[in-house]
Amino acid sequence: MLVLKLIAKSPFECLLPISCGSVSLAEYSVDYMTLVASKKGKEKQLSDELKAAHGMALPASNRMTGRIGARCVWFGQQYFLMGPEPKISLNSFGRLTDVSDGYAVVSLQGSQIEQVLARLVPIDVSCNVFKRGQTARTLIQQINGSLTRVSDTEFQIIVPRSMTYTLVKDIERAMQSVNARTVLGLHAGKSIN
Amino acid sequence: MRLLCPNCGERDVREFYYQSTAAALTRPDLHADEAVWDDYLHIRDNPAGKTEDLWYHQAGCNAWIVMCRDTVSHDVLSGHLATDKRRDTEG
Repeated sequence: MLVLKLIAKSPFECLLPISCGSVSLAEYSVDYMTLVASKKGKEKQLSDELKAAHGMALPASNRMTGRIGARCVWFGQQYFLMGPEPKISLNSFGRLTDVSDGYAVVSLQGSQIEQVLARLVPIDVSCNVFKRGQTARTLIQQINGSLTRVSDTEFQIIVPRSMTYTLVKDIERAMQSVNARTVLGLHAGKSIN
Repeated sequence: MRLLCPNCGERDVREFYYQSTAAALTRPDLHADEAVWDDYLHIRDNPAGKTEDLWYHQAGCNAWIVMCRDTVSHDVLSGHLATDKRRDTEG
């Protein structure tokens, strides 16, 4: 009998990594992605359960909890658990939806990430306003995505998997534009004339 | 225009989708008079000043928001979750 062997493919195959100037974009590969929705009024219990199961509390609005390999990102009406296979115990106070093949995650790194993102998102992402651990559901050019500051020089971006090509091309163009200005010695407020 | 999302804070209007007046949240009784339903479905106020609309934060947190704004000054005064508003009216 013919045995089919299915090979999991990366959402960014042949697209990433890329870099331009001081900024680079790479895939952040995640084993499990799960949308977690709390039952009405059970956020506290769900948070305790999540802490017991995976070591991080439920994040407050516009925040992320956890560490590399196991993160929980505020995702609007729900929470985005990324990394570990979700423990079934979470079901007592929440509802889980496996979206491992529905979303894709990238890491944008470098000293000029804020200038790159300023060309793509309609919110202020500068370091003193958008701090480490802070997250936002917003537009990344034309895609509804999730943007999280991981460190001073790194952002994590989550988008639907179907939008990966568009995301990479949009970020690539912004990276090139920022780099072009750097090469020409142009800075904010200074024009070609 | 910058709108107020109770979850995300002040955001650009491009992140939102406009639906209708917030009066749509107070649905009449199923057996109410035809005139009451006609009023609910078709008759709209057109105030010069404070007005309440329903906006959907489609490129953000996906919440339905009751936005209070001023049609004369264009001020955006407040934004509340539609679920909370509905709970208040229904008790």
